[in-house]
Amino acid sequence: MVNTIFSRPEAHRDIFTHYCPGCTHGITHRLVAEVLDELKIRERAVGIAPVGCAVLAYNYFYCDFAEAAHGRAPAMATGIKRARPDLIVFTYQGDGDLASIGMGEIIHAANRGEKITVIFINNAIYGMTGGQMAPTTMPNQRATTCPFGRDVNVAGYPIRVAELLSNLVTPSYVARVTASIPSQIPNAKRALRKAFQYQIEGRCFSLVEFVSTCPTNWGMSPIKACGWAQSDMLPFYKLGVYKTPDDPIPDAVRPREVKK
Amino acid sequence: MARILMKGNEAIGEAAIRAGCRFFFGYPITPQSEVPEYLAKRFPEVGGVFTQAESEVAAVNMIYGAACTGTRVFTSSSSPGISLMSEGVSYIAATEVAVVIVNIVRCSPGLGGILPSQGDYWQATRGMGHGDFRILVLAPASVQEAANLIGLAFDLADKYTNPVMVIGDGIIGQMMEPVEFPEMTDPKSFKEKPWALTGAKGREPNILTSLFLDPDVLEAMNQRLLKKYRQMEATEKRWEEYNISDHMDLLVFAYGTMSRISKTAIDELKQEGIKVGLFRPITLYPYAYEAASALIEKADKLISVELSTGQMIDDVRLASKGREVAFFGRQGGIVPTPEEVKSEFLKLVKS
Repeated sequence: MVNTIFSRPEAHRDIFTHYCPGCTHGITHRLVAEVLDELKIRERAVGIAPVGCAVLAYNYFYCDFAEAAHGRAPAMATGIKRARPDLIVFTYQGDGDLASIGMGEIIHAANRGEKITVIFINNAIYGMTGGQMAPTTMPNQRATTCPFGRDVNVAGYPIRVAELLSNLVTPSYVARVTASIPSQIPNAKRALRKAFQYQIEGRCFSLVEFVSTCPTNWGMSPIKACGWAQSDMLPFYKLGVYKTPDDPIPDAVRPREVKK
Repeated sequence: MARILMKGNEAIGEAAIRAGCRFFFGYPITPQSEVPEYLAKRFPEVGGVFTQAESEVAAVNMIYGAACTGTRVFTSSSSPGISLMSEGVSYIAATEVAVVIVNIVRCSPGLGGILPSQGDYWQATRGMGHGDFRILVLAPASVQEAANLIGLAFDLADKYTNPVMVIGDGIIGQMMEPVEFPEMTDPKSFKEKPWALTGAKGREPNILTSLFLDPDVLEAMNQRLLKKYRQMEATEKRWEEYNISDHMDLLVFAYGTMSRISKTAIDELKQEGIKVGLFRPITLYPYAYEAASALIEKADKLISVELSTGQMIDDVRLASKGREVAFFGRQGGIVPTPEEVKSEFLKLVKS
């Protein structure tokens, strides 16, 4: 008699991966799928895939899915959620998609307090297009469009999305986690659970930033890539919960009664 | 139902509600801002959801998202805003979901001006966005017709699961005219859309995408779209004929506001014994070439009259099969008077 002691979550399809060896997309996909199962929301979930390595995310998740234009997933999610507030809507976006071309959409979706969940993969580089500089690329980090390293005098410093969004007054849940350190994976899953839970309760916008790796475009082995994420990214992209919907609203902007 | 005196843009908003639409996403831009303003106030009365987007880029992707759930949804904008939406419209057309887009056209390229124009004809009928696709384009010539065509636009969008544009020059949006609306359509009365994103409960997941990396699959998608466009061309051509006779001195081609100014000129010339007919396309795509060709055979001379430097004239030429087509147009937001148009017609007839 053989007992199954480990299997795929129902929300994850049985499929060969197209992601590169050592890429943390796979772990993150699995964590999202586990949370969809555990919260029993797979049957009312709608995911939105970005343009980037996760463009084919719908091949992995066993739930309804849409594919957005580059950077526009939060706008599309807004349309879906406003039309069908009963659905659980999540986007899955990389750093080029979310923090470069889609910066307008993410800030305003967060600021409107759209009741959606955003999974943000920050690996400090464009993956699918072949290793170009991202808004999150570290100073002096090499990429194909900054072959001598990111020059902060012409490209500025990397953008910290979790910090940026947590400055908005509108209540939200913003956390930064990583799946590139095994001991951190339970924390990452807890943050995802929390993010979806807030949406289920209709409370707030939620975003979980994953400090991730890109062994292929960083030119490192998977082990070295995980090490580099720890040594070079985490000191700047600090892990933690940046904002919760319980944070106080400044008195100056507390809504006054509106005369009808 | 009684007739109400109403501004074109507000009538467009009300007509959408009557058509069972409860979702609007848009961004302010003159001369269409009364559409979002009207809906922001009116939607709460009928359980509609109004959303002011941060940009036209966001707005078009919001209607894309809402349309993926199968609901009726629309946006409105004006020329520069429509340019920003064009990327999204391409995605919507490729994904094959239903949306309505209203373009209250303003003048000239760039920031141009806020006065009326018909300078977006090419954009609407030819180059709405990247790739190989078509959108249905409806052009009203009055506030009443704008209201009627909004209802039709939602029906056609659902019928073809395709974007439909209602295009009016700035005058159509800004002027007030009496309008009568149809009865309310219940948003719950529409057929279920089995392809919609509604949660994969008791069924396989639905995936709505415009990405097809396999060339064979992608070509099949192009061919499927083409078949749909051919069907639109076979069944959806709409036009109006005015003062047509078997032997016309002149046949005028005009749409929207220019068709009404032309009609005044035509009526006056009729008194003077000069026979001028009008062909007014109501669908700019598909253009009723065959109907136009049949009228062209009955006319000595042809002219296209537009609030542009000459865009619809391309379609008139296609219908005329090589005959010479004269052109008269004003730009910059200047709308010619009936006298000005009449003297152009007269000059051409007598030349």
